[in-house]
Amino acid sequence: MLKRAHYWALGIVTVLTLLLLNLPPSAAGRLKLAVSGVFLPLFGLAGSGQSFVDRASYSLLTRRTLISEVERLQQENGQLRLTATQAQDAMNENARLRAMLGWQPKNPWKRHPAHIVGREPTTWWRSVTIDFGARDGAQINQPVITNDGLVGRIRAVGPTHSEVALIGDPECGVSAIVAETRDNGVIQEARSSAVGDGHVTFRTLQNSVNMMAGHHVLTSGLGGIFPKGIPVGQIADARTVEGGLYTEARLRLAANLNRLEEVWVLVP
Amino acid sequence: MNWITSLLLFLVMWLTVFASTQFAPLAGWVGVPLSLVPGLIVYAALTNHLLLTTGLCVFAGLGLDALSANRLGVSVMPLFLAGFFIQHRRHLILREQAYAQFWLGFATAVFAPVATLMIMSLGQREPLHGWSTVWQLALSGGINGLLCPAWFLLFDALRRTFDYQPVAESSFRADRQIKRGRL
Repeated sequence: MLKRAHYWALGIVTVLTLLLLNLPPSAAGRLKLAVSGVFLPLFGLAGSGQSFVDRASYSLLTRRTLISEVERLQQENGQLRLTATQAQDAMNENARLRAMLGWQPKNPWKRHPAHIVGREPTTWWRSVTIDFGARDGAQINQPVITNDGLVGRIRAVGPTHSEVALIGDPECGVSAIVAETRDNGVIQEARSSAVGDGHVTFRTLQNSVNMMAGHHVLTSGLGGIFPKGIPVGQIADARTVEGGLYTEARLRLAANLNRLEEVWVLVP
Repeated sequence: MNWITSLLLFLVMWLTVFASTQFAPLAGWVGVPLSLVPGLIVYAALTNHLLLTTGLCVFAGLGLDALSANRLGVSVMPLFLAGFFIQHRRHLILREQAYAQFWLGFATAVFAPVATLMIMSLGQREPLHGWSTVWQLALSGGINGLLCPAWFLLFDALRRTFDYQPVAESSFRADRQIKRGRL
């Protein structure tokens, strides 16, 4: 038998839940930010702890390891300088040709580094929290990448942190193109693979007989969120679906979303 | 339970909610984000009064929603219902027994996400779920079930440290003893 106090508790929590679930999205977003502010000291503490552990691990490296690492980085730096010079020449040429044809000039995207400071505590969304907020210039829908490939887009922005919807989340559809066959398609998440195993589903807009395992998939630039040409992943296998109307492929993501530590936010 | 141990319960819940966003290596290994909140709700419901249990469920639900992509408030009702039911029926539960604690932790860790998924399915954003969700629920249930007796051990130790412990007076008094012997 329920006592009066139980009825009161049940009533209050029910009313509170209904109120919260029926808040307008903007008010709910602001309230969510306010509640997450309660955990800001812990985010700061976790970040400091992580950097302390990193510094401590650096001090354990031997001199020989450091010297060989410096030599490797110097070699890589030299190669990258050469590639950057060639890329700059190509960009200048591209800009001149665009000007001659009267096309809009292409502005390169700036990259801002960010650290992963939190992961999604539930299994039904795919998102991470980064230490790059509104005060750093974060805005909703900015693309997030790693050196390997696309990660996702910023979904919500707080003063010091932002929430990133990862590829495969229902709210992070990506328009992509197969580099080898130029087939256009969209990346979506298969409902049955909620565990992040590094694969997502890629569906072409028409049947493609030429698409094969190993082909590279890049962002197509359609949709206006992701710039064209960011690597997304490689085709693992492909099959025809819906009576031969479409081709559906499993795409092995280029960026390992389970091992993310540092990412780049692209700012136009 | 005095106000210090109640405050400690909120403090541990605060840390636990935050910790569920920080188990990246472990979560990546088992393929499941891990939340230790349900086990703590079971402990609170079995040992505390309704007001504290309700406050803790609301705090945990709001915290989990704020740190995830959930709509704010969607986790509050499932956690509260679990805590409410256990709190209401605790006189029938063998709460001192570890196996009872295990099964309550297991059941709460399975019930709360399933109820949250059901509430979210009523909305516009459809969450990701499939057969692999069953594996996630089983694993989360097992971990929370195992952890539930550990919460009891931890908070019992804290209670012994901070709560008032009445001194058990002995009825023995030396001046009231009957002395036998030769007169």
